[in-house]
Amino acid sequence: MIPAGFEYHRPADLSSAIGILLEHGDEARVVAGGHSLIPMMKLRMAELAHVIDLQDIGELKGIELGASTVTLGAMVTQHELITHEGLAKAIPVIREAALQIADPQVRYVGTIGGNVANGDPGNDMPGLMQCLDATFTLFGPDGTRDVPARDFYQAAYFTSRSDDEILTRITIPVPAAGTGQAYVKQKRKIGDYATAAAAVLIGNGTASVAMTNLSDTPVYSAEASEALANGDIDGCVAAMLASIDPQEDMRGPIPFKRHVAAVILRRAIDSALSRKS
Amino acid sequence: MKDEVQSPEDRSAKLKGMGCSRKRVEDVRFTQGRGNYVDDIKLDGMLVGDFVRSPYAHARVASINAEAALAIPGVLAVITAKDLEPLGLHWMPTLAGDKQMVLADGKVLFQGQEVAFVVAKDRYAAADGVAAVEVDYEELPVVTDPFKAMEPDAPVLREDLAGKTEGAHGPRRHHNHIFTWEVGDKDATEKVLAEADVVADEMVYYHRTHPMPLETCGAVASMDKVTGKLTLWGTFQAPHAVRTVASLISGIAEHNIRVISPDIGGGFGNKVGVYPGYICAIVASIVTGKPVKWVESRMDNLMSTAFARDYWMHGKISATKEGKITGLWCHTTADHGGFDACADPTKFPAGFMNICTGSYDIPVAFLSVDGVYTNKAPGGVAYRCSFRVTEAAYFIERMIEVLAIKLGMDAAELRRINFIRKDQFPYQSALGWEYDSGDYHTAWDKALKAVDYDGLRAEQAQRIEDFKAGKTRKLLGIGLTHFTEIVGAGPVKNCDILGLGMFDSCEIRIHPTGSAIARLGTISQGQGHATTFAQIIASEIGIPADDITLEEGDTDTAPYGLGTYGSRSTPVAGAATAMAARKIRAKAQMIAAYLLEVHDDDVEFEVDRFVVKGAPERFKTMKEIAFASYNQAIPGVEPGLEAVSYYDPPNMTYPFGAYICVMEIDVDTGEHKVRTFYALDDCGTRINPMIIEGQVHGGATEGYAIAMGQEIAYDDMGNHKTATLMDFFVPTAWETPHYTTDHTVTPSPHHPIGAKGVGESPNVGSVPAFSNAVHDAFRAFGLVQSHMPHDQWRIWRIAENLGLHS
Ligand SMILES: Cc1cc2nc3c(=O)[nH]c(=O)nc-3n(C[C@H](O)[C@H](O)[C@H](O)COP(=O)(O)OP(=O)(O)OC[C@H]3O[C@@H](n4cnc5c(N)ncnc54)[C@H](O)[C@@H]3O)c2cc1C
Repeated sequence: MIPAGFEYHRPADLSSAIGILLEHGDEARVVAGGHSLIPMMKLRMAELAHVIDLQDIGELKGIELGASTVTLGAMVTQHELITHEGLAKAIPVIREAALQIADPQVRYVGTIGGNVANGDPGNDMPGLMQCLDATFTLFGPDGTRDVPARDFYQAAYFTSRSDDEILTRITIPVPAAGTGQAYVKQKRKIGDYATAAAAVLIGNGTASVAMTNLSDTPVYSAEASEALANGDIDGCVAAMLASIDPQEDMRGPIPFKRHVAAVILRRAIDSALSRKS
Repeated sequence: MKDEVQSPEDRSAKLKGMGCSRKRVEDVRFTQGRGNYVDDIKLDGMLVGDFVRSPYAHARVASINAEAALAIPGVLAVITAKDLEPLGLHWMPTLAGDKQMVLADGKVLFQGQEVAFVVAKDRYAAADGVAAVEVDYEELPVVTDPFKAMEPDAPVLREDLAGKTEGAHGPRRHHNHIFTWEVGDKDATEKVLAEADVVADEMVYYHRTHPMPLETCGAVASMDKVTGKLTLWGTFQAPHAVRTVASLISGIAEHNIRVISPDIGGGFGNKVGVYPGYICAIVASIVTGKPVKWVESRMDNLMSTAFARDYWMHGKISATKEGKITGLWCHTTADHGGFDACADPTKFPAGFMNICTGSYDIPVAFLSVDGVYTNKAPGGVAYRCSFRVTEAAYFIERMIEVLAIKLGMDAAELRRINFIRKDQFPYQSALGWEYDSGDYHTAWDKALKAVDYDGLRAEQAQRIEDFKAGKTRKLLGIGLTHFTEIVGAGPVKNCDILGLGMFDSCEIRIHPTGSAIARLGTISQGQGHATTFAQIIASEIGIPADDITLEEGDTDTAPYGLGTYGSRSTPVAGAATAMAARKIRAKAQMIAAYLLEVHDDDVEFEVDRFVVKGAPERFKTMKEIAFASYNQAIPGVEPGLEAVSYYDPPNMTYPFGAYICVMEIDVDTGEHKVRTFYALDDCGTRINPMIIEGQVHGGATEGYAIAMGQEIAYDDMGNHKTATLMDFFVPTAWETPHYTTDHTVTPSPHHPIGAKGVGESPNVGSVPAFSNAVHDAFRAFGLVQSHMPHDQWRIWRIAENLGLHS
């Protein structure tokens, strides 16, 4: 459980970080909280000659609350997401979801940027970001570009971010007042990834639904969202079940996961509906 | 003297003797991070060893190339079986009469098996060295299922045993067969079953799991070439046995080996066996002349050292229409993995599985066990249990439930009418044990009353109606268990390990000023020996427990003993402690009589002093007596005040308990919530109630983990699927149920202080309680038997198979 040797870099600004990335190509990787990357390195599933720590880069920090959007710096920790009162008022489902990630120790250092950039289908934030229709801002050698969360994920650990880009911030539209929001997750124990998790927004004639760890990417379903917006819960669940593709693991076989996916989605819908005004 | 005015009660309280919830003296250092574990040991020039492990479950090792590894700066040596062979150390004997490869000798038999030992200047270089060793494997067909392993054309696992038709425990009838062990009356049992009103016939599987101590296994070996002395620090539950075995294996004279078990961070059976890491560290130290440390990672621990359970127990239990049990039959298929490395007393290849008649008066029984090799890790250790008692208790407590279903009876009532009655003790069981004492009916009635059993059944009936009416999706399970343990191995006449009789020992020395040091042949791994054994001495000879130092684990200073596992410390070493203390008390009596100028018989012991009978104002305190023993010339009495006792117990002890679990189950997600867990333990005389309670909490939490999700799982290729804590379930405080503890006291008639041992009861008793709760929740819908672990998907599958999702 000891990683292969590597060189540690700690740049103070974004362009230096990009410079190191460019210099070392796929031998280099950025590290945020390290709670996904370092376990992989210790198992020697990821062997990197250069690790670039992002924690000194001020541009990646901070939570900004705007009138219609919230912006989260990539290096905002899950703990900050939980303890920020303004954020909890604006988009309460973020706190609800963050509280279901891992345990307090992991959340003190694990970041929102690392969680969404990682590309692990088990991470909770990607599905939630798709449900919220967030936008990811990427900074690279050619400048800055924005990618909607709903277009970002391609396969397990593959995203539309290229190796020489750094995720800088996440912009989230604030749901209209009165929108019911819920994140429901089934897991085996504290610190476990989801057996199934569902993010639901509903209200003002619209709805949005996404699920976690039921496919090799997070699953946002436009059809399920539309059905729910029309009050058709069965249609919503059916559309979602048609979009997921769970795999067997120690959490259980595929039929179990499909069953639980439907149950959890219904519970999230019930919860969101009960919070809608 | 000041204490003259104190009442005996006040003086007694000051001793903090037996019955007192004395705070654990160990915790001062543990809670301050001042423990001293194997990995804390750092010696000058110490090297570190680490294993290259097999990625395959069954393969030939065609070649091992260490060139690249040796080129890494800091890597000093790569040891393989070829290097060990000239020393005769490429294989080692197991505790079960089999032998085990220390390093892969031509082939590997399980994933994670030790293939080569890399010795380096630090753990970083060692890890790089491990990654750089190139091993050429040729894969062989894998068998992980013990039933398939016994098919005629199953792959041959142990080529070293080719043609050997006789094993350590009798004839072998197949190339993957290890032993058959039979106990009881086969013909009589089969006859009873054939003629019975009712027979319940079921397969009960107790899945493979792992003890998971917080601290993994490890050792530091230091060979001093000048003195010729080998010092071996290690996570050893039986340091003296390790010394003897190390001497026999290595040829180093026993007096030149010093084994030290420092603080141990939990053992639970994981640290009883002898592992390749110990041997390799010793060899590496001899070869390099430097101290060598080997400490497992968590993955190493889960993959290679000491699994537990993995028993397929096919049972048949017969009864009259009224529910009186008439016979019990059991055939067990025991999956031992690639080597038989079980840690059982020599004469018991399936441990004390023959306690499987449990708490019941069963007139006739028969047990047979087949041990089988598969491509899985070796072990089969007693995970917080006395040699397969846990399997036996789970088996009988499931069979009782299955029988209750067959009879249409309440399972609590079925137990009650079959319990061994108080007046039947000492009770001779059909499978050969003499139960020393018990009062099961009293415990059972107390337990049922405490949880309001009738009220619970009424609530459950209502819940079932509500469920059927679509008003709820949650079911209520009531899990009952009455277990009987057999601990304190054991009488030398039938209990030994590798020929070493399972007695234990204590040596006590009283210092001139009246404080004391005691040394035992056991070794605490968190049980709190330094606290409780001092309490025994305090009560026996009247020296305050706080004035007694307790030492264990250093073979150069401690008297010989067989160590701590199988709940044997209190029954055996605890008895030795009381006996040694009584020797001291006898001598103290002579000294007191001399000082008081009366006859020996004219003084009597009172709390902390000897008093002249009928003249309470004339006495000598133990403190005074201690001093006198060092400065008075007493005719016929040697100076000094010390004693040693080696205790060979006349019988095992038989703790018992009644556990009841109430569980809510979500039929749709398979999630559960333990609403109540009531644990009544009868461990005889209670030395420290607080420590008992702590032991119950810890053991029940392990039992909860095992029943509800913890398992060592392999796929068909023999890949280990649960080698990290993401998938190997260890509950956090969040998942852990709340426990209510209770007790009755039925002292052991043959133990000097009547104590029976409690450390393992909660693991033994809680697993069937949790499992029975799951089963009971679905009983009304037709469930008879479903195997553990009851994790979410398996509970969901029960509901699915019963049609509860449509
Ligand atoms: C015991 C345990 C339990 C866990 N349980 C959960 C859980 O239930 N749910 C859950 O969602 N997560 C869980 N996690 C993961 C945890 O939340 C991680 O912290 C998170 O997934 C990654 O964030 P990080 O800051 O630690 O990223 P890191 O580990 O530092 O990085 C992860 C990946 O993202 C890349 N990356 C990081 N930041 C950027 C950036 N700004 N731009 C581009 N690439 C970047 C890294 O190069 C790396 O490939 C768990 C982790 C542990 C150890």
